[in-house]
Amino acid sequence: MGIETLIIGMPGTFAQGIIYGIMALGVFITFKVLNFADLSVDGSFATGGAVAAITIISGKSWIYAMVLAFIAGAAAGLITAVLHTVFGIPDILSGILTQLALYSINLRIALNQPNTPISVDKYNLAVSLRYKGYSLTMVVIMVLLIIALMYWFFGTEVGSALRATGTNPAMSKAQGINVNLMKSLGLVLSNALVAFAGALSAQFNGNADVNMGRGAIVIGLAAIIIGEVISNIFKNRNFAVTLIFVVCGGILYYIFMAIVLWLKMPANDMKLFTAIIVALFLAVPYLKNQANSSFRKAAKEGGKK
Amino acid sequence: MLNAFNLQKTFNPGTINEKVALAGATLNLAEGEFCTVIGGNGAGKSTFLNAVAGVWPVDGGSIEIDGIDVTGLPEYKRAKYLGRVFQDPMTGTAANMQIDENMALAARRGKCRGLGWGVTKKERATYHEMLKELDLGLEDRLTAKVGLLSGGQRQALTLLMATIQKPKLLLLDEHTAALDPKTASKVLDITDMLIKEHGLTAMMVTHNMRDAINYGNRLIMMNEGRVILNISGEEKKNLTIEDLLHKFEEVSGTEFTNDTEILSK
Ligand SMILES: Nc1ncnc2c1ncn2[C@@H]1O[C@H](COP(=O)(O)OP(=O)(O)O)[C@@H](O)[C@H]1O
Ligand SMILES: [Mg+2]
Repeated sequence: MGIETLIIGMPGTFAQGIIYGIMALGVFITFKVLNFADLSVDGSFATGGAVAAITIISGKSWIYAMVLAFIAGAAAGLITAVLHTVFGIPDILSGILTQLALYSINLRIALNQPNTPISVDKYNLAVSLRYKGYSLTMVVIMVLLIIALMYWFFGTEVGSALRATGTNPAMSKAQGINVNLMKSLGLVLSNALVAFAGALSAQFNGNADVNMGRGAIVIGLAAIIIGEVISNIFKNRNFAVTLIFVVCGGILYYIFMAIVLWLKMPANDMKLFTAIIVALFLAVPYLKNQANSSFRKAAKEGGKK
Repeated sequence: MLNAFNLQKTFNPGTINEKVALAGATLNLAEGEFCTVIGGNGAGKSTFLNAVAGVWPVDGGSIEIDGIDVTGLPEYKRAKYLGRVFQDPMTGTAANMQIDENMALAARRGKCRGLGWGVTKKERATYHEMLKELDLGLEDRLTAKVGLLSGGQRQALTLLMATIQKPKLLLLDEHTAALDPKTASKVLDITDMLIKEHGLTAMMVTHNMRDAINYGNRLIMMNEGRVILNISGEEKKNLTIEDLLHKFEEVSGTEFTNDTEILSK
């Protein structure tokens, strides 16, 4: 295959990358803002896909489907929030429990079919692989809107309280912030956004699969970390720029995946590649830091003086 | 302003780590009283302040602030009445957030937080003036992350945040203990200034007897979860360190030695 196929496919690659970027923005709310390792995401991504597919098949418009997917994701986030704040289950475990439960729930939503096709020939969809340019325009508009909304929200009183909760819960309580409520709000918003991305992804690929969310959390993290590494070039980063870089991280991740596929590496190894990429991006800043301040170096330099 | 009656708190009850931290501590503070709190390590000073702040529910006793029974209120609801500064400078502020954002969080303590801006332009101007009074050069760094500040600067900022809305009661738990002597004395001066300026009712735990004597108009000593000494008025003004040591021996029935650890003079 020539390089042209890769280039011709780029708008599609970008669109899919931005969809992952939207999901990563959701993950960003829990992992970065709330400091909460939420693994519900793998489940809620597929929930979004299933809800959107079934709604569209029932003859409703894609707008309606996306709204329902958003609400379903919010509900999924609420489950994790209740497990954590009401029942005192640690964050990671709360997320894993929700993720597990969602697998069955998603199958029920999809009328017990592991894969629900939604062909762009039959239905009017928001995005589709078939119309790459149009889809790219759609997701760019959506992601810009989402970033603007997030930028606004985290600048409000509630948004500030949510950020404070993630940074310093003890201080937040002393400032009269209901920490459990803020955590719940963050989880709800995060999973709603992830499900929204899941709904887009299902339409883009023409089907909703129960397994479509597998590894979503790692992809989200990959996007955040890649975004962080490249944004380190800029000195003074404002919040909107940080969010834009998260989306860029999603795009870069997906371009990387497209190249891997184009090189004819087996698709079954994709998850392995993803894990390796994330591990690399996590390790590089750490190792770089270590190289700058290691005991070995200290011993050498100390000897010189 | 504060009526804390017969407070009881036992940590890890029924285990080998059981620890009675408060055993009937009682304290009444009138409006405008500035009470310093001394006592050995483990006397229950922090536990008392935490009980008032509602970090956890007490096992027994009752707490009233300005006539309102807060015994059953969780920490975040009591926050409305309280300003707090902690021993660890990291505890009182959100490191990832800007100076003005931190102050704005404190300005909304106990108020309903909505979708209005987290910090308004008008507020920023006010904060600029407030920080200028501290004379720490923070007024020109309103948008700097608090994590970049030194311990002393963070404590001064936390103090400002605690008093940005006049609290019914200001709780200071060894808030200068983690600072070097020079910074500590600067922060203490700021503390005194803010308390006088706003006419605040305050409790200040300190392990420095001289500070306990020099500051405030009331002094209590705690031991084994109780308030064992209560000095105010003229007696407080004329108090010396020797007096305090004598009183400690009288009340506790043990001689003051280094291991009773009333700590540094
Ligand atoms: N959260 C806690 N869990 C268990 N024990 C505690 C806790 N907080 C305080 N204690 C114990 O209660 C006693 C009183 O502690 P504290 O009030 O911190 O003393 P101090 O007067 O030095 O501030 C100590 O023996 C301490 O170990
Ligand atoms: Mg203490």
